[in-house]
Amino acid sequence: MPLKLADAIAAPDVEERECLWTLNFGPQHPATHTTLRLVLNLDGEVILKATPDIGFLHSGFEKLGEHLDFNQYVTIVDRMNYISPVANEIAWHQTVESLLGIDLTPRCKMIRVIFAELMRIHDHLLCCGAAALDLGAFTAFLYAFNQRELINEINEWASGQRFHPSYTRVGGLQRDVDDAWIGKVRGFLDGFIAAHNDVNKLLNRNRIFLDRCRGVGVLSKEEAINRSATGPVARASGVQRDLRRLRPYLAYDAIDFDVVCAEEGDCLARYLVRMEEMLESWKIVKWAIDNLPGGPVNAEIDGRMVLPNQLSVYRSIEGLIHHFELNMTNRKWKPPVEELYTATESPNGELGFHIVSDGGPCAWRVRTRPPSFIHFSLFPFLAEGHAVGDVAAILGSLNIIAAELDR
Amino acid sequence: MSEAVVSTHTPFADLAVETITAGLEGALGLATGSLKRSSFRDNHRIQVDPPCLGRALLALREAGMDLLIDLAAADYLGYPDAEHRYGVWYILENTSTGTRIMVRTWADDPSPSLPSAFDIWRGSDWMEREVYDLLGIEFTGHPDLRRILMPDEFAGHPLRKDYPLSGMGERHHFVPLARDES
Repeated sequence: MPLKLADAIAAPDVEERECLWTLNFGPQHPATHTTLRLVLNLDGEVILKATPDIGFLHSGFEKLGEHLDFNQYVTIVDRMNYISPVANEIAWHQTVESLLGIDLTPRCKMIRVIFAELMRIHDHLLCCGAAALDLGAFTAFLYAFNQRELINEINEWASGQRFHPSYTRVGGLQRDVDDAWIGKVRGFLDGFIAAHNDVNKLLNRNRIFLDRCRGVGVLSKEEAINRSATGPVARASGVQRDLRRLRPYLAYDAIDFDVVCAEEGDCLARYLVRMEEMLESWKIVKWAIDNLPGGPVNAEIDGRMVLPNQLSVYRSIEGLIHHFELNMTNRKWKPPVEELYTATESPNGELGFHIVSDGGPCAWRVRTRPPSFIHFSLFPFLAEGHAVGDVAAILGSLNIIAAELDR
Repeated sequence: MSEAVVSTHTPFADLAVETITAGLEGALGLATGSLKRSSFRDNHRIQVDPPCLGRALLALREAGMDLLIDLAAADYLGYPDAEHRYGVWYILENTSTGTRIMVRTWADDPSPSLPSAFDIWRGSDWMEREVYDLLGIEFTGHPDLRRILMPDEFAGHPLRKDYPLSGMGERHHFVPLARDES
């Protein structure tokens, strides 16, 4: 007489039953992609209880944020979600600029929009590609990574760094972009739709991929809200919530785009929402690159908030003094004694920073609202009752980045 | 094949934090104007005393603040004009109107503790565990309050201000080996 699944889940003492099996999944497992561990209590192939164990990559980013100033901390923020680094930088500096009361220039806003959307494409390509890889569709992954490489080159051209660009600064950017960079972005845009079609064709009629995604890890709309899901994970469950629309930041209020939602809430819906969002991001980047305003990228330096450029440091006494004031440990910024939370729609969901400021140049407390951390807490709920093989599908569809998960 | 459907939002309407505060005062049985409110940029905060925190959160949930965006805390040891050691904040949003508010409360030594919001929002599960792990604030009523980021045997709470950035020793099972031992 086989054990009925409903009885087994209802039993309170799951660990103590002798017929059950405990499986350690991770910390080093190809399907976890990064370092996270799951303890699975199995009845045959069925997961009765999943217990995530995280913290392997905990490196005290929030503690470091209390000891690094607003420009220095951007290099740490980069390394949280290293799949979409500039999106993190934009979120961090948006909070700092809001705290200091800095208005960005139109050109800076538009360049940040372009980067934010390129990062969304970058992140979703990895997520969709790696999800397919875990489910046995290797080819789509390579097509996706080919496109990611082009975005890495765009990063490198703008900032000098491929993976951790640290491109934003308080009140502006590390440096302005040039025409060659615009050409690179246009080149990427021209080739992207064909590559997106390739991935679509490889996966959307792939019987194995579809069967392993459809109906797996279903998250209802009520549960998505109750469990604090945001971003593509929530939108795949029918929550029509996108911060770019809800509280427009940067230049998003001037840009026309659609918020992509689905209603099924399963792994397939999350995959489809991400694929569709890439096309919306493509539209935004296309519009933004055609309408890139001229003018300076850094806010006015009179406010003594923004690092002056090299020329004015070397050629003028004001620039030199100003640069000195912003770099000496006993000077720097004088923010109000206040606290502030602002958030952006990062590729993974709502990425917010909460700064508590005591008036000094370093934050008193930096809280990151990490979407991966909150989405991973959904995992036991989504996985219970499914087979071991579905773990890869669910993990892939949630897009857990362990560096952001553990910080 | 399920279809991804495309939808559009209405723009974000202005906050009505006064209405929310008045409603909350009514639900808690407090006099009008007794809850402290403050605003900075687009953040609107309501300060709630720890004894009525549980009832306040439940009342807000029932009033439609259905999404717990963030729950976190800070140590205010040595902060200018701080009255309490730990400040804890809950950022809530109404997903149908987009209204967002922050509920502020506090905890104090020697045994900082607050009621858990686990029964109100399931999303608070790991957020409370993180606050417990890094700052040592206990959430009474949480079903599984264990350390989450730090190892289980770790002593101390790293985000407290009396915990230094470096120099608190090694983990005991990561004993550094001398060259001749290796």
